Amino acid sequence: MIIQALAFYLFAAVAVASGVMVISARNPVHSVLFLILAFFNSAGLFILIGAEFLAMILVVVYVGAVAVLFLFVVMMLDINFAEMREGFLQYLPIGALIGIILAAELILVFGSWVVSPEAAQVLTAPALPAGDLTNTHALGNIIYTEYIYLFQSAGLVLLVAMIGAIVLTLRHRPDVRRQKISDQVERKREDVIEIRDIPTGSGV
Amino acid sequence: MVDFWWSYAWPTLWIVIQILFLVVPLLIVVAYLTYAERKVIGLMQLRMGPNVVGPFGLLQPFADALKLMTKELIIPTGANRVVFLMAPMLTFVLAMVGWAVIPVSEGWVISDINVGVLYLFAISSLGVYGIIMAGWASNSKYPFLGALRSAAQMVSYEVSIGFVIITVLLAVGSLNLTDIVLAQKNLWFFIPLLPMFIVFVISALAETNRAPFDLPEAEAELVTGYNVEYSAMAFALFFLGEYANMVLMSGMTVILFLGGWLPPFDIAILNWIPGVVWFSLKVSLILFVFLWVRATLPRYRYDQLMRLGWKVFLPLSLGWVVITAGAIVLFGWYPGIVN
Repeated sequence: MIIQALAFYLFAAVAVASGVMVISARNPVHSVLFLILAFFNSAGLFILIGAEFLAMILVVVYVGAVAVLFLFVVMMLDINFAEMREGFLQYLPIGALIGIILAAELILVFGSWVVSPEAAQVLTAPALPAGDLTNTHALGNIIYTEYIYLFQSAGLVLLVAMIGAIVLTLRHRPDVRRQKISDQVERKREDVIEIRDIPTGSGV
Repeated sequence: MVDFWWSYAWPTLWIVIQILFLVVPLLIVVAYLTYAERKVIGLMQLRMGPNVVGPFGLLQPFADALKLMTKELIIPTGANRVVFLMAPMLTFVLAMVGWAVIPVSEGWVISDINVGVLYLFAISSLGVYGIIMAGWASNSKYPFLGALRSAAQMVSYEVSIGFVIITVLLAVGSLNLTDIVLAQKNLWFFIPLLPMFIVFVISALAETNRAPFDLPEAEAELVTGYNVEYSAMAFALFFLGEYANMVLMSGMTVILFLGGWLPPFDIAILNWIPGVVWFSLKVSLILFVFLWVRATLPRYRYDQLMRLGWKVFLPLSLGWVVITAGAIVLFGWYPGIVN
């Protein structure tokens, strides 16, 4: 158990420290790299509580795809760091307000658990299926049966967002010549090549 | 004290021994893969390949390694030092840690985790960071262009790799790599899932930035892309990482489609040969295809690369997921839930 506790404090400490570095690093690319470190340590925490499927999905989705595109954009931006510092103070009050609200909510949740331990059981806890199922199977059993409509509507929301992004950015440019591979494949030798016998000394 | 030894020290030591037994042969394989590449491509182009250092040039990889170790490490003045040095290490380490879950024979695996395939997928999708970080930290135009190309390319091909993996998982019913191999006892998956096998091998070429998709390091346009500014061991780590990734992707292909350590026919004589030999033979076959493709095909243009990834492979693999799932439900071929 000592190892687990050590690993927990290691992952948690690195996650919190890199979270702080995300907002305090001077260079935005460093911020994104620290964000990746924070995601990674959160995945480690998921593994410690036995949710290995969620940990791997966190790494695949956030670190492997979202953060790559994020890094991609941040690297290309030409950011004036001095201006960003000024904006920091301007947005500080509203940021602090959101932080205080979040903290108050967390205190309410944990406070209710401490005051009345039975409060946690009031939640509609999904019954864990019997037997030693892996948590991948357990998640599948719940998402695709009990919560199928919610799951599908979440998918639809994402689909609409994706189509919206494409519609907003798509431009039809008539002056661009595109490669049509089917046309190229269908071209026959007779249509494009003509062999002529030309006598020496005369033009075509 | 005795308690401490058996509950902490010995397990740690045992894991370290296992890691050494895996990593040392792996590094030798990587060294000889560079030799094999030069020899195979040389022979395909009617040249001799390396033949001076040692018998048949067999000591060439070690000569190259010694040369790179004794060279000077140059850090450009405009470079971001920490990120610049971290990038090659990250590439190399990520190419190594993927092997933690690869079963080279029945039970010969360092960590037999439940989500082995997802772990491999996650590790291979992280490989792009080494290249992006190198391109950005070099503070130079060719590396940056190489890094941008590579980021777009790897993210695109990961999507179809993900769908191919889902197809295999539908046929197995488990994410554990050992279960995936054992599910192929009667029929290797490359027969029923042949289109997915082809998509996977081609996507593996794109994911490891190998020819004909080696645009991030296109010599003709980008000098060599993301590693222009690197020298000495930092360059060597990139090189080793790239080749170790090739071996890792070949290992993944073998486990998902070619039956891992299983012999081709379930008969006694073939079963006497140890599983690790079958595994190595199959990995060598896929690696030979990697080299063969490099010697044969010209490089793709960038828009053709993106078209292939998004407009051909993505619909094909997505469709095949639907077909596989439909066939399993229609004919009732539910895989037994192994766990």
